[in-house]
Amino acid sequence: MDPKTYKFDTLSLHAGYMPSKNAGSRQVPIYQTTSYMFDDVDHAAALFNLERGGHIYSRISNPTVQVLEERVAALEGGTAALATASGMSAIFLTIMTLCNAGDHVVVSSQLYGGTVNLFRLTLPKFGINATFVKPRDTEGFKNAIQENTKCIYGELVGNPGNELMNLPEISKMAHDAGIPVVIDSTYQTPYLFKPLENGADFVVHSLTKWMAGHGSSMAGILVEGGKFDFLKTDKFPTMTEPYEGYHGLSFAEEFGPVAFTMKARAEGMRDMGPCLSPQNAWNVLQGIETLSVRMEKHCSNALKMVEYLSNHESVAWVSHASLKDNPDYELAKKLLPKGTGSMIAFGIKGGKEAGAAFIDNVKLASHLANVGDTRTLVIHPASATHSQMDEATLKLANMSHDMIRLSVGIEDIEDIINDFEDGFRAAKKPKLVANK
Amino acid sequence: MKFKVNNKEVFASTGGRPFDEKKPLIVFIHGSGLSHITWVLQTRYFAFHGYSVLAIDLPGHGYSEGPAIESIEEQGKWIADVIDSVKIKEASLVGHSQGCLIALECASQFPDKIKSIGLMGGAGAIPMNPELLDLAEKGDPKAVDLMMDWAHGPAGHFGGHPVPGLHHINLGGSIVINGSVKNALGVDFRACDNYKNGFEAAKKIKCPAINILGDRDRMCPIEEGKKLADNIENSEVAIIENCGHMILLEEAGQSLELLKKFIRKNHPAE
Ligand SMILES: Cc1ncc(COP(=O)(O)O)c(C=O)c1O
Repeated sequence: MDPKTYKFDTLSLHAGYMPSKNAGSRQVPIYQTTSYMFDDVDHAAALFNLERGGHIYSRISNPTVQVLEERVAALEGGTAALATASGMSAIFLTIMTLCNAGDHVVVSSQLYGGTVNLFRLTLPKFGINATFVKPRDTEGFKNAIQENTKCIYGELVGNPGNELMNLPEISKMAHDAGIPVVIDSTYQTPYLFKPLENGADFVVHSLTKWMAGHGSSMAGILVEGGKFDFLKTDKFPTMTEPYEGYHGLSFAEEFGPVAFTMKARAEGMRDMGPCLSPQNAWNVLQGIETLSVRMEKHCSNALKMVEYLSNHESVAWVSHASLKDNPDYELAKKLLPKGTGSMIAFGIKGGKEAGAAFIDNVKLASHLANVGDTRTLVIHPASATHSQMDEATLKLANMSHDMIRLSVGIEDIEDIINDFEDGFRAAKKPKLVANK
Repeated sequence: MKFKVNNKEVFASTGGRPFDEKKPLIVFIHGSGLSHITWVLQTRYFAFHGYSVLAIDLPGHGYSEGPAIESIEEQGKWIADVIDSVKIKEASLVGHSQGCLIALECASQFPDKIKSIGLMGGAGAIPMNPELLDLAEKGDPKAVDLMMDWAHGPAGHFGGHPVPGLHHINLGGSIVINGSVKNALGVDFRACDNYKNGFEAAKKIKCPAINILGDRDRMCPIEEGKKLADNIENSEVAIIENCGHMILLEEAGQSLELLKKFIRKNHPAE
């Protein structure tokens, strides 16, 4: 006897939506509206006071966005989700819901550059400070926890160095200290990895990337795991004590496994307002429908690229956790059995100059500041995405000037390789090849 | 709020308002392995509209001290003890699933204490599937997955939670998993399976009752719900379309409207 609840591929297409409640429309309708009619005065008051569910105003919630939220919650195995205008706003909202001025977070040093800046420069303006720990330094995460630490934050596979953090171990340490773990799972998507099943308490995504796939829309999301019990510690008074904003509501008491999302929405979306447009929610839903098939192709193409690059005379080094000599090989095999993702970092012989020539001479691979498009993307992080970091921060993130970051697309692999051949040829004699 | 019942600590949600013993009391009783969280879309409304609310965590569930009580008869008696503990003479009871059996027992054992009973997915007996019962008693989390599958109608399986962003099945499952599969769900399922007094208890009930049923409920099919109501002298039945067994969440709005009308008529607030 087994439960007949729908499985991953089915949920990617159907979760969060019932045509019968939407005029029979097979496709999810785009509710392009700011606000929603109340039945009467009593209904309006009850909605505002969280006595009943429903929509009030699209900054707080919207029916199209709700489909996306339930779909991602379903795919991640979460109790609830809250979609935002971008991945960055999901991260900001998560930290602002967990932390107050005077609080502290322990953060992996290998993160998306924007997230590093958020923790290093912006959050300190609100009195929230971070200690950075290298992703492979499992004990280091524990040692960095202070009295006022409110969470551990990281990306399972670091950006752009591709180093893994041992999430199950680090989560145990966090839970022993009475704090939750937040994982940015943008690079994995729930197809490759479910952080909530591996110890994380909250997941954030930039849906802008693989989840959407098409590279057409900005979106982010925060997903709650439902296991972290705020009432078991006194570290989170804004979750557990009466909140003035809703007539003395204690989010943790009333909402239990969805308390965090309820607070992030009721307070965060109300006061900060980074809401996702229904059109962009719909665009992302189109991408999620094909998540499994796309991820499978991303991963198989990535493996072929790893093999090609590893054997190439112009390549100094390749970093991808699928490589046997990678220090994370065993951990990756355990945590990421379906594949280690389509992000590859490699060093080009000839350093910075060769890197620039390579990037300027590939034609199929797009040179831009994004990852996780269905198209192959390349960038030279030291001069672009991570250029706002100083030498010391670059070093902590294990980044070198010869590094090229590659996001492998789902084109025909032969075409990608032919394109790279052109790039490498130019990189060998950078001065003889005219710039595009 | 935390208080003592028979010298053991009990947690109950008061619906987001301080408990007020001068207002009419409604006690909400959750289903097997669950907790007060399931009632959030009913309790807050009543608490802000003239009632005192106690959505209790049964012993050994949620934040109430254990162990779980092993029979429905004793659980019914325990609800009467809760009402005594807060020094109130009479209350209305609202139950879901196993909570309905408990409400029946309490109302039949203590007719003077109970003003009215609201049932959601109420049957006269809840015989358990032996395999499910066995899994729960062993503490196997698969019992929770099976329970969530059967308990939810289309909205649970596809989506459309009344509260934007919430996921029916994962939320329900996490309430059970955060408790104890073996010591709460297992004990509850055994208590349900053992309980044979439902229809006898129903016949003794004189207070008004409503049984709110979902037409897609696989745990309490509507015929069973109607059969129970037929055995209660002063009872009515309401059927919600396209709804499974988690009526209080799947169709929170409709079930609240039905409950509002019923309780305001039979146990009015000032
Ligand atoms: C891992 C990761 N997290 C977060 C973000 C930020 O997301 P967004 O660009 O949608 O704000 C990015 C963007 O590149 C990213 O790669």
